[in-house]
Amino acid sequence: MVAVEKKDAVVKEENKETTLLSINDLHVWFELRRFGFGRAGNVKAVDGVTFDIHHGEAIAVVGESGCGKSSLMKTILGLYKPTKGDIVFDGKNLKDLDVQGMHWYHARVGYIQQDPYGALPPFMNVKRILEEPLIVGGVKSKEERARRINTALEEVKLSPVEDFLPKFPHMLSGGQQQRVVIARAMIMEPKFLVADEPVSMLDASVRVEILRLLRGLQERHNLSVIYITHDLSTVSYFAARIFVMYAGNLVEKAKVRQVIDNPLHPYTVALLTGTSEPDARNAESFKEIPPGEPPSLVNPPPGCRFHPRCSKMIDGLCNVEEPIDFEPEPGHLVACWLYK
Amino acid sequence: MAQNKLLRIEDMVLHFNTTHGTVQAVDGVNFELDYNRAVVVLGESGCGKSSLAKAILRLLPRNAGTYSGHVYLNDKDIMTLDEEEFRQNVRWAAISMVPQAAMNALNPVIRVGDQVAEPAMVHLGINKAEAFGLVRKMFQHVGVPEDFITRYPFELSGGMRQRVAIAMALVTSPVLIILDEPTSALDVLTQANIFNVLKRIKKELGASFILITHDIATSSELADDVAVMYAGQIVEMSDAHSFFAMPLHPYSKKLMASVPRLHGDKEPEFIVGRPPSLIDLPKGCRFADRCPSRFEKCVQDPPVIEKDGRKVKCWLYS
Repeated sequence: MVAVEKKDAVVKEENKETTLLSINDLHVWFELRRFGFGRAGNVKAVDGVTFDIHHGEAIAVVGESGCGKSSLMKTILGLYKPTKGDIVFDGKNLKDLDVQGMHWYHARVGYIQQDPYGALPPFMNVKRILEEPLIVGGVKSKEERARRINTALEEVKLSPVEDFLPKFPHMLSGGQQQRVVIARAMIMEPKFLVADEPVSMLDASVRVEILRLLRGLQERHNLSVIYITHDLSTVSYFAARIFVMYAGNLVEKAKVRQVIDNPLHPYTVALLTGTSEPDARNAESFKEIPPGEPPSLVNPPPGCRFHPRCSKMIDGLCNVEEPIDFEPEPGHLVACWLYK
Repeated sequence: MAQNKLLRIEDMVLHFNTTHGTVQAVDGVNFELDYNRAVVVLGESGCGKSSLAKAILRLLPRNAGTYSGHVYLNDKDIMTLDEEEFRQNVRWAAISMVPQAAMNALNPVIRVGDQVAEPAMVHLGINKAEAFGLVRKMFQHVGVPEDFITRYPFELSGGMRQRVAIAMALVTSPVLIILDEPTSALDVLTQANIFNVLKRIKKELGASFILITHDIATSSELADDVAVMYAGQIVEMSDAHSFFAMPLHPYSKKLMASVPRLHGDKEPEFIVGRPPSLIDLPKGCRFADRCPSRFEKCVQDPPVIEKDGRKVKCWLYS
């Protein structure tokens, strides 16, 4: 293991300013069974996703529930095995890692769950919650563990630390619980964070506090972050690039400002239309929202998966052939035939 | 007193008894609502928004303590009705409610058509066939395909279940519908769709709405009036246009500043501190501890001050 790491250190030097995590043609399919063993097709939760994340970069994956963003995230975390395709972290392909290798990987990836109360064990106090990953991660010295717990709690601004250590999750407010979840994700000093809707369960005012905290951590530790959300309005405060996901595919990939000021894919346009800004004039008009709902991932529509809901559908093309990525402006990729 | 209001609430108080003391969830709320208008009740969690809805509908948990005040519906005080009269003539007949997380409140073992028909049969005294006719009409209003009538809740998506819950609240043609966080668990596009449905219902059926939410941005989709609630009291009451353009109360200003926006570079702010415990409320202005513009006077309870037709409970405007 040590030898492998040394060899990789050389590779890492070369990639320093470039890629930390690279995902190539990732497919995650779940088999549907009939009567226990008969095959009834596959749920194609992630179906051909490719992207890179650089060192210290925050990206956002935006999409509705059921578009496969959680499956994508869980595969990146190593909880699901990819059906096809590669996930390469820091020069290592997850496929090739053994149990020890996965331990090495998990220590470098932090995970922030959506529902903080559900994510914290109710029978453990804050100290034990934070100590456990350190014990599992092999930090033997008690003093060292206490020091790391202190630092982590201070970083998420739960101070005075001594007041919080003996508390159980139910004694904390929603915002404080989410801070504990973040402290737990940070305790192994990861390089990479996966945040799954970290603020969707919180009050509006607390939401901003937590987003700022996350951004502060990201900048201070030069973390790479995948921020998964369905709320476009919070994205621009956090991420540099947005990937828009629809029915298992990434349909648009670009810088945040490009997506918000100049959305290209009809689905992205719909998402932006659907996002409200506080303005009394909103009440006077109806919003133009595409009809229908996201398609079944077992039998996605042929061609572009958005075509049954799309008002700009080109007959004979969109409903036949799957669109490839086009680049109508530099760095702005969109999988839509309108831009061929 | 102004006449011809659909709903007028005067000095509504609802306290709960707990082992730790009395929770003053709703503490002297006054407001009015006109015909065919929507009022949004905004506030952080734990400020008493949902309790206010329960107080209006007299849906009290067992530990309810003080429960007093007047609720005039069409100038008739419904607080004086006895329980049976209230059940027959008010609850679900005149005022209905879509509770929080309504989409998960449907009975999993009863077809959605039967569930929507039930209140119509109970309150309108019609038979099942007539009720199903109404159900079909309501499904059309909320945009649920008619053949969903025979489906079970688990066969519908979240957005569709939410629409069914709204249909259930509409089926008795109430004059007022209380919506408690109707879209907070839904996706962006579904949210926008539900608000389109609510706007259409308001236009076509002439119903009034009380919309309870903490999501300021989406609340503007339906609001004619805005009431901001803090620690059991309404601190600002204003029409939506002036409110979203310029909130008056320091708390409302802070709330507005905390909304993340798509366009523009202004950073959202957060409100320092937490709302006070409803058991041990501070004397004087309840927001004073977190207020950036507090001054000597704030140790006394501020009066409700009228300013350009808006009401604000703050010493700054006296």
